[in-house]
Amino acid sequence: MYYIDPHIHMVSRVTDDYENLARMGCVAVSEPAFWAGFDRGSVDGFRDYFRQLTQFEQKRAGWSNIQHWTWLCINAKEAEDVQLSRDVIAMIPEFLDQPGVLGIGEIGLNKNTRNEAIVFLEHLDLAAKTDELILIHTPHLEDKYKGTRMILDMLCDDQRLDHHRVLVDHVEEHTIGRVLEAGFWAGMTLYPTSKCTPERACDMVEMYGPERLMVNSAGDWGPSRPIAVPDFIMAMRKRGHAESLIRKIVYENPLEFFGQSRNFVFTPPEINEAAEA
Amino acid sequence: MSTPNAAEVNAAEVLEQEFLLIRAKILEVAAKLDRLDRAGGAAGSVQLRQIQAGLDILQESEANRAERVQLAFSLDYEDGWREKYLGKET
Repeated sequence: MYYIDPHIHMVSRVTDDYENLARMGCVAVSEPAFWAGFDRGSVDGFRDYFRQLTQFEQKRAGWSNIQHWTWLCINAKEAEDVQLSRDVIAMIPEFLDQPGVLGIGEIGLNKNTRNEAIVFLEHLDLAAKTDELILIHTPHLEDKYKGTRMILDMLCDDQRLDHHRVLVDHVEEHTIGRVLEAGFWAGMTLYPTSKCTPERACDMVEMYGPERLMVNSAGDWGPSRPIAVPDFIMAMRKRGHAESLIRKIVYENPLEFFGQSRNFVFTPPEINEAAEA
Repeated sequence: MSTPNAAEVNAAEVLEQEFLLIRAKILEVAAKLDRLDRAGGAAGSVQLRQIQAGLDILQESEANRAERVQLAFSLDYEDGWREKYLGKET
């Protein structure tokens, strides 16, 4: 089955991972800007990172016939430096018209601090003014519930935002309901130890249905599994769910959400196959 | 597309599929708590209280156990956070 990984940090992965993703049926990935494992020290450090995301990474994905889209921001982990965050936010528009840039993300909260909230709101303001899609990171472990509710408060306070143009990622059992009920898209992240397992993701599909729901690997430089989405596909099949249901979640839903971006271009694999025939 | 109905598979089938996995996970938790005891225990720790709260939820018959276990391991939401952080009323 063809699928799309809507949240994966391929900059942190090797080219062999692209090859493995392609072998498993992955035809496209979306890569939100992320924390490097250390705090970048300057706006120029971010500018180079955004050049890598918008220029080189598309080419590298293409070597495995995978299409690559990206999102730009300064991560919540680096938001304690509010002045640097503001300088980066002011620089982001340089890249917003680059091919493959889908919007602003992954913005959000990490430890739910005041400075994180301030920088999150300034990202939202940029997205509203430039009419960009938004991809949101929700915090980890004990911070997730509180942080997700704070994020939803801020999103719902901003009357300029269309909820159908916002994806709230890393939802789990205690946050998914509020996200979907408020009209946002939700992403379930399949991680080896934290976040969600393929089986629990299946449970949430069974409880909430497939509308506005996606699954991703969020593969990055830490413990993570880039081919986690095929694990979800297998878990759904083992439960006897229809191929059409699985395809909606791992392929059609990402296309529907991303398709709202003015920079969205996608060549379906079926067309490639037809051209070869 | 409507909500996929998990009930299409009956409870006996689910139990058959999940029994060994549930058993293995309970055993894993038991072994980890034993290991904690051998190391002197952690009576009074916040983490152990959270673990106990999680175990208590597993013994209840109400639904949404996973959601309630998640909440047992979560910080509380504060209603007045906007005023505290951003100086504005909710």
